[in-house]
Amino acid sequence: MSSTPSDALIRISDVKHAYRTDAGPLPVLDGFSVEVPEGAFTAVVGPSGCGKSTLTRLIAGLLFPDEGDVILHGEKVTSPRNTVGMAFQNPVLLEWRTILDNVCLPLEIVPNDLSRKQRNDRGYELLAMVGLQGFEDKKPSELSGGMRQRASLCRALAHRPDVLILDEPFGALDAFTREDLWQIMHELRHNEAFTCLLITHDLRESVFLADQVVVMSGRPAKTQYVLDVPFGRERVLDDLYTPEATQMLLDLRHQIQVAQGRPLEELEHEPGDPEPGAGEPGS
Amino acid sequence: MSSKQRFATPIIALVIFALLWEFLVWINDWPNYVMASPSDLGPAFYKFRWLFLEFGWDTLWRTVAGLMLAIAFGVVVGMIMGFSRTMREALYPLLVGFNAIPKATVVPVVALLLVGQHNLNTVLLAFMISFFPITVSISIGLSTLEPEYRDILLSLGASRLTIFRKIALPKTLPEFFGALKVAVTLAFIGTNLMEIVEPHGRGLGHLFDSGKISADYPLMFAVLIALAVMGIGLYYVVVILEKIFAGWAERQES
Ligand SMILES: Nc1ncnc2c1ncn2[C@@H]1O[C@H](COP(=O)(O)OP(=O)(O)OP(=O)(O)O)[C@@H](O)[C@H]1O
Ligand SMILES: [Mg+2]
Repeated sequence: MSSTPSDALIRISDVKHAYRTDAGPLPVLDGFSVEVPEGAFTAVVGPSGCGKSTLTRLIAGLLFPDEGDVILHGEKVTSPRNTVGMAFQNPVLLEWRTILDNVCLPLEIVPNDLSRKQRNDRGYELLAMVGLQGFEDKKPSELSGGMRQRASLCRALAHRPDVLILDEPFGALDAFTREDLWQIMHELRHNEAFTCLLITHDLRESVFLADQVVVMSGRPAKTQYVLDVPFGRERVLDDLYTPEATQMLLDLRHQIQVAQGRPLEELEHEPGDPEPGAGEPGS
Repeated sequence: MSSKQRFATPIIALVIFALLWEFLVWINDWPNYVMASPSDLGPAFYKFRWLFLEFGWDTLWRTVAGLMLAIAFGVVVGMIMGFSRTMREALYPLLVGFNAIPKATVVPVVALLLVGQHNLNTVLLAFMISFFPITVSISIGLSTLEPEYRDILLSLGASRLTIFRKIALPKTLPEFFGALKVAVTLAFIGTNLMEIVEPHGRGLGHLFDSGKISADYPLMFAVLIALAVMGIGLYYVVVILEKIFAGWAERQES
């Protein structure tokens, strides 16, 4: 939280949000803050059900905080803004459209003066970036889970959003496919200019992809811990097996356990755990 | 399966069915008034060919009109129920209750309510008996739309109408056509119920009724076959429309 207001593209300060349910208000966020500088990549981890998806809906302008501010580009978010791109665990591609038409969907909705051909070119360009050239005319049902998720990422970026919100996009994929997609994320970041907020359950993913990892406490969530990842932009998977990375993963793991409200004694047995992030992939 | 085969299979099945039927009547030595045989049907059709054409047309257009009404009503009410939970909770019991009423008991009510409006009465009954599956399919299709679909479009600033047009409607089409296939057969039942129970001198139902009165059993059977043929015809019209508009949902079959 050291950045000054001017250089943070996403600024969430002291946000409170409660859902109104039949059983009365359900406080989900209570005093959560995060700042993401322009072009930065922030990962948010936290126990299941602590309000991570709620946070993404606040940033997308689909939901508004009871208290506190959600600010993008120094402006308070009061409605959905089409400078945001979203992707979820479920790729939600439209089965009746080709992959290319799925990717170009945002360009049909966000006002722009691109011709049909220019839109398609944008689709081709993105699909090539994620290694899906040749699949433009296929239907989503003809693709594997990992390919569908790549197409979903392309759709999220089609209209050149400045904010990319990813809600556990790799959660349902197997470990190897997931690692492929991490690499693709790095390539996309290299080619496209966006500020990213990634929700994940995978600590290794957060350390491999992000510049900053935020741990949310249990519901109602506040910011519990912020870890700065000192790696540069160029990363390889081997980086995850350095002592430095192991220490970060361990740190995060402890923080998650605190967030889950587990007794700290348990921690004594954990340091030997070879795969600290493998606790809860997806949900 | 080649397209020739796909065409031939049902026809062969039909011929086998007719042969079995003929054989059954012959071996049991059933007289006409117990069970007419397929070979009696030809002459019956020929004798009343103009009536079959005229009354068949009556029954067909009334059924289709009833179906159109059912589609219009079902889509609008299904949309209302699909998008609003309150409306869904309010309307479901009403719809189910109405659907549970045996339609034969509705015939006299409708006939009295709109005395002499035979066409309208018949169309109304076809409508009443067939709107339920359409309404339910649309409302379920819309209410089970995964929230992520909505969120993606909403976050881009799309209007509700855009969401309906781009996602909800196409996504609901397979269920809609499934329901329409059921509705087609139901609508024929509705039309004929009105034509038979409240005979007014038109439609295949009336032809059936006059066959009964004049003890012309082959004619009665011929009417049943004609209805079956029309039912099959309309059903396949729906199948073709489904292929055109919701063909993408069919891949699991192959
Ligand atoms: N529309 C809603 N109405 C009422 N309660 C809701 C609503 N959406 C979410 N909740 C509740 O709010 C809490 C936080 O939900 P949210 O989806 O933000 O959690 P999450 O951290 O994304 O969970 P997960 O890790 O399982 O994805 C949960 O307890 C959930 O049951
Ligand atoms: Mg979630």
